[in-house]
Amino acid sequence: MATDKGNIENILGESVVLTRKDKLLNWARKWSLFQYPFVTACCGMEFMSVYGSHYDASRFGAEYPRFSPRQADLLFVVGTISHKQLPILKNVYDQMSDPKWVIAFGTCASTGGFYNNYATVQGIDTVIPVDVYIPGCPPRPEAIMDAIIKLQDKIAKTKYENRESFNLSEEGDNE
Amino acid sequence: MSKQVLEKILKKFPSDIVNSHSMFGNETIEIKKESFFKLIEFLKDNRQFEIDMLIDITCVDYPYETNRFMMVYHFYSTTLKHRIRVKAGLPEEDPTIESITPLWESANWLEREVFDMFGVNFKNHPNMKRILLYDSFEGYPLRKDYPITQRQPIVGPLN
Repeated sequence: MATDKGNIENILGESVVLTRKDKLLNWARKWSLFQYPFVTACCGMEFMSVYGSHYDASRFGAEYPRFSPRQADLLFVVGTISHKQLPILKNVYDQMSDPKWVIAFGTCASTGGFYNNYATVQGIDTVIPVDVYIPGCPPRPEAIMDAIIKLQDKIAKTKYENRESFNLSEEGDNE
Repeated sequence: MSKQVLEKILKKFPSDIVNSHSMFGNETIEIKKESFFKLIEFLKDNRQFEIDMLIDITCVDYPYETNRFMMVYHFYSTTLKHRIRVKAGLPEEDPTIESITPLWESANWLEREVFDMFGVNFKNHPNMKRILLYDSFEGYPLRKDYPITQRQPIVGPLN
């Protein structure tokens, strides 16, 4: 302990916690993901189970659904998106305020799945950026929680270019 | 009972029936499109048949046949529990058939769906336009010659 004598935390005692501003911001953001569920298909059943008390997604701070995109920062695209649905999805995404993240829930939202036809969008990433893809038809609840943890890791790594800017510069590729 | 219906139809329209078939309670009549409407009227007006329900209207695309589009109509009697199926072939160059919406109200949306997916036109239909797809969609996706990979995304928001 003698070597830590000059450490500012030792001088101030336990009344103060020191951290970096970006770390604090990312920590706050990653534990309060207000999500907007955009549920269109059968994946919704799995979504309901993972957000019920049994699997309890509130452990990751991502439980609280906002049914207005303006109050949400995590967009869950759950299910097949048709070309007719796509402008609505785009509208919802555009209405969300920054910073915002998107999870493509299930194979259909990620790639179109086995729907290779005139009606289905071949993955929502053709229109809006996606942070985490969850494979599965439908995915297991464990996979969904894994996706939330991966998104939290991604948020924790967010860097800010300068003090004033809250624009997100992302590190590495999409997971 | 449906066999008797079939026999009566055969007697009534001897020269217009292209084909007929009867097996395991499946009675099917294929009729020329010119007398198609008269046949549907006959089925509806004959009270003893007690046909009171139009179950479905659909179409089948046979790309190599002379009559490329085969319209298929399913009727059911909820009292006598018998079914009758009416078919009518339409040529590729003029896929038009009489609408049965004046007789069966429920045919309205079913015919619009067939128009949407196969491009079959229905004469005297009150509202002949697309029902599931959007107006900017070109072509008819359930035709066999519609490429499976062809996409027509909507550009811009819907109003």
